[in-house]
Amino acid sequence: MQRLIFLCAFLYCISTNTAAQDCNITFKGRIIDFHDKTPILGASIAVINLNRYTTSNMDGVFEINNLCKGKIILEVKHISCETKQITIDIDKKISKDIYLEHHLEELNEVILRANTKTDQSSVEQSLKKAVIEQFTDKSLGDAIKTISGVSALNTGNSIVKPMIHGLHSSRLLIINNNVRMFDQEWGDEHAPNIDINASDRIDVIKGANTLKYGSDAIGGLILLRAKRYTVKDSLFGSILSSFNSNGLGGSLNSELIRTYNSGYYTKAQMNYRKFGDFKAPNYKLTNSGVESLNGSIQFGYNSFEKGFDAYYSYVNNEFGILQSSHIGNVNDLVNAINSQQPRVIENFSYTINVPKQSIVHHLGKIEAYKRYKGFGKLTVQYDFQINRRKEYDLRRGDLKNTPVIDLRLFTTSLQPNLQVDYFNNLKINTGLLVRYQQNDAISGTRTSPLIPDFDKFDAGIYAVGNYRLDETTDLSVGFRYDFSDINARKEYNITDWQETYNYDELFPEFEDGDIKGTDIPTNPRFTYHNMSASLGLSKKFDNNILLLANYGLASRVPNPSELFSEGLHHSAARIETGLLTIGKEIANKFILSLEKNNNNFGFAISPYYKGISGFIQLIPVGITTTIRGAFPVWEYNQVAAQIFGIDIDVNKKVSNNFSYSGSLSLLQGDNLTDNIPLIHMPAANFSNRLSYVNANLNQLTIRLSQKTSLQQNRYPDYNFFTYNATLQENVFVDISSTPPSYSLFGMHTSAVFKFSNKGSLKLEFNIENMFNKSYREHLNRLRYFSDDLGRNYNLKLKINY
Amino acid sequence: MKITNTIKITKLLAILFISVFIFTACSDDDDDDDHDHDSEEELITTVKYTLTNGSDVVTLTYSDPDGEGGNDGTYSPAEPSLTANTTYTGVVQLLNETESPAEDITEEVKDEADEHEFFYTSSGLTITKTDVDGNGNPLGVETSLITAGAGSGTLTIVLKHEPTKPNDGSSSSAGGSTDVEVTFNVTIN
Repeated sequence: MQRLIFLCAFLYCISTNTAAQDCNITFKGRIIDFHDKTPILGASIAVINLNRYTTSNMDGVFEINNLCKGKIILEVKHISCETKQITIDIDKKISKDIYLEHHLEELNEVILRANTKTDQSSVEQSLKKAVIEQFTDKSLGDAIKTISGVSALNTGNSIVKPMIHGLHSSRLLIINNNVRMFDQEWGDEHAPNIDINASDRIDVIKGANTLKYGSDAIGGLILLRAKRYTVKDSLFGSILSSFNSNGLGGSLNSELIRTYNSGYYTKAQMNYRKFGDFKAPNYKLTNSGVESLNGSIQFGYNSFEKGFDAYYSYVNNEFGILQSSHIGNVNDLVNAINSQQPRVIENFSYTINVPKQSIVHHLGKIEAYKRYKGFGKLTVQYDFQINRRKEYDLRRGDLKNTPVIDLRLFTTSLQPNLQVDYFNNLKINTGLLVRYQQNDAISGTRTSPLIPDFDKFDAGIYAVGNYRLDETTDLSVGFRYDFSDINARKEYNITDWQETYNYDELFPEFEDGDIKGTDIPTNPRFTYHNMSASLGLSKKFDNNILLLANYGLASRVPNPSELFSEGLHHSAARIETGLLTIGKEIANKFILSLEKNNNNFGFAISPYYKGISGFIQLIPVGITTTIRGAFPVWEYNQVAAQIFGIDIDVNKKVSNNFSYSGSLSLLQGDNLTDNIPLIHMPAANFSNRLSYVNANLNQLTIRLSQKTSLQQNRYPDYNFFTYNATLQENVFVDISSTPPSYSLFGMHTSAVFKFSNKGSLKLEFNIENMFNKSYREHLNRLRYFSDDLGRNYNLKLKINY
Repeated sequence: MKITNTIKITKLLAILFISVFIFTACSDDDDDDDHDHDSEEELITTVKYTLTNGSDVVTLTYSDPDGEGGNDGTYSPAEPSLTANTTYTGVVQLLNETESPAEDITEEVKDEADEHEFFYTSSGLTITKTDVDGNGNPLGVETSLITAGAGSGTLTIVLKHEPTKPNDGSSSSAGGSTDVEVTFNVTIN
C-alpha cells in the first residue's frame, strides 16, 4: 500500500513536472468582497505577463488553464472596485482567494452621503484643484465665496472669514486635512490660518450631516482634503506663480510628490505670498499689504488593508490693516464715516506698519488605519495645533513694537474611529474624541488680555448609520454627545464684578482670593453637556435627479470671547464685553435640495431653515465715557433667531464650446425676541458666468463673469447720537446703514501647452473688477473707512512636471 | 514586513510627540503656571491742566484710576474757577497713576512730538499753543489761556496720536486717533 502511494506520488511529481514543461497547470481563484465576504460576479482578470483574460462567475470563481510553472501577475478589475495587482508563484499555489475592495467611493465619502453636495457639474462650484489654483494668492474665504450660500466677513481685503448662510466664526467648522482648526476663530477679524494651496479639494457642507467633526456646526462645515496618491512609482510636481497689478504682488507655490510601488508616498509644498498696498479705484489703501510664508510636508503609506499618514503644516501670515481704520473714540468714527475717503493716503509701499496682525499656526497630525476582513476599518488619529496671534496697534515710546494682543492657543486631540461595512445595506461610522486646549495670554503686552488664560477639556462620542433602503433611497441617522469643561483665570474690575454685572451674587464660587487694588482674581469654571443629532434622506429619480432632505440638531457652547472678552476693539471704536451668564446655543436645521447633475443641463435648488434658540450676538447697548472720550459698549446677548433662504445653481451647455452657469442666494435672518432683523446678514446676491472652452486648441478657456450683491435693506437700526465736545453739539453716529448695491465683472482666460509626456505649462490671464467700480460691502468691517478693491490684472503661470 | 511597519509607525508617533513637547516647552513665550498678567497696564489714568498767573494757580484734574469700565472718572475740583480777564500759563500733564511713582506720559508725548498734538476747544476762553514740535508745528503741552468776562463755560482737551500736521487747528479735521478727550466745566469770576 505504502509503495502504491509512493508510486502515485512519484508519478504525480513526474506528471506535474512534465505538465509544467507542457504548461498545463490550472490556477483556480475566487474573487470575494473584502467587507462582507460575498463572491463578486463579473470581475475581469488579466494575466498581464501572458496577455490572457477571463472573468469570474456567479460564485466569484475563475480558472486559468495551461499555465507554466513560474510567476504570474494577475490584475483584477471590477466596476467601482479598486484595481488590484497580485503576483502568484504557480510552483507553490494553484488556488487563491482574492479580496476586492467593493465600496471604494463610499469609504472616503461617508460624511458626504445623504447630504447636500456642492454642485459638482460646474467647475466654479466644485472647488477642485483647478479652482483652488485660481485663488493661489488669495484666501480660503475668497475661494469658497464662489459657492452659492457662502459669503465672507472681511476686515479689509486680505482678512477674509468664510460665512455659510450668514453664520461664521465658532458656528462654522473648518476641517483641515481631517483636523478641526482651532485658531482663535472666535474673532470677527480672525481669518482661518490656512494655506489653500496645500489642499486638493475643498468641500462646503451646508447640511446637517457633520457629526463626525463636532456637535456645533450650526452654520456648516468646510472640509479641506489632501490628495490620495495612487500606488505607483513616480515623481512629479508643479510650480505655480501669480502676479497682480493691484498690490504689485503675488505668490509662488511649489510642490513635489514622490510615490513608490510599495505604497509609500511623500509630498512637500511651499508657498510664499507678498503684496504691497492695494488700491481702491480712487486712492491707495495705505498699509493694506500682506506677507505670508507657508509650507507643508506629508508622508505616508497607503495600501488597501493598512496605512498611515503623517502631516505637518506651517502657516505664517502678516496682515497690514488699513492705517485709516486706526481710530480712537466715537468722534473719530463719526469723522471717518462722514469723510468720503480714508484720512491717510500715502505712496505705495511694501512695508507693513501698525496696525497689523501677525499669526503663526502649526498643525501636525498622524493617522493610521487598518481594515479587517468582513468587518470594517479602524482609524486612529492624533493631532496638535499651536496658534500664536499677535495684534499690533499704534503705541507710544518703548511699546511701539509690543503687541496689544498676544495669545497662544495649544490644542491636541486623539480620535479613534471605526467604520463598519460588514452589513450589505448598513454602514456604521462611529468614534470617540478626547481633546485638550490651553490658552495662554502672553504677558508683556501691558494691556489687560482680551481673552484670559484658560484650560479646556472636551470629550465626545458619536455614531452615524447609513442605511440603503433600496437601490434609489438612502437613509442616515446620527447621534453625538459632547462634554466640555472650561476653566479660566481672569481678574475682574471690582466695580464691574460687584455692581455692573452682579457676579458676586451670581457666581460667588468663582472668586479666587483677595481683592488686589481695583481688581479681584477669579476662576470661572463651566461644564457643558451637548446632544446633537442628524437625520438625512436621499432619493434618486430618473434623469439624474436627486432629492436630499436633512435635519440636524446642533448645539454650541459659548466661545471664550462670548464669556470673557472685555475691552477696546480698535478699528471699531467700541468696547466689547462678554458675559459669564451666556449659555449655550441650540439650533434646529432643515435643508432640502433638489439636484440634477448633468453637463448639458444641471441645477441645484436648496431651500433651508434654521431655528436657533439662545443665538449669541454682539450688539450695542449704550455709551461709556473714558479718558479717551465716549465709546459705545457692545455686549453679547442671547435671542431667539431664525435664518432661512434658498440657494439656486444652474448650469447649461449652450453649444459644443459655450456653456453657462449661474447662481442665486437669498437669505433672511430675524431676531425673533426683539422682532427686528439680525445683524450682519448677507444680502441677496446672484452671479452669471459664460464660458468658452476649446479642448482641441490647447484647452483654451475664456470666461466672463458677473456678480451682483444687492443692498441689504433688512438690518437692525443701532444708530445713536453722541455729544461731540469739540463741536459742542450732538452728532449722529450711523453705524448701521448699509452701502448700495454693486455689480462686479471679471474675465478669465487660460490655455495649456504640453511640452512632454507629463509636463505642461498653463498660462492664465484674468481681470477682476473689470470696470474699476467703486463699491463698499456691508460685510466688510472696514467699510466705514474706505472703498473695496479696484481693478486688478492677474497673470498666472503653472508648470507641471 | 508587518513588524517593520509597526515599528515605523511607532517611531513616527514618538517623533511627533517629542516635537510637540519641543514646540510647547521651547517657546520663548511660555508663561508656565504664572498667570498674574501685566498688573502694570499702560494706561492714561489722569489728565492735569495747571494754569498759573503769579500766585493764582488753578489745577483742573480728571482722574479714572481703574481705566475703562469699572468706576467712572472724577473731576476735581468739581467747579474750578478762574479770574476774569486774566492771562494764564497752562501746562498739561498726563499720568499713569496705577504705577508707583506715577508714570508721566507727557514725556513720551514730547519725545514723539511730531506724532502728537493737543487740541483745546472752549466757550469763553481763548487758548493758544505756545510750544512746537521738531518741525515747527504746534504741540500744545504748553499753552497760554486768556479769560474773558465773568460767566461759565466748558473746556475740552483732546490729544491726537498721528494727526495730520500741520492742520487747520481743529481736532476733527486733523484726523488721527484720539488718546485723550476730557471736558471740564469752568466758572469765570
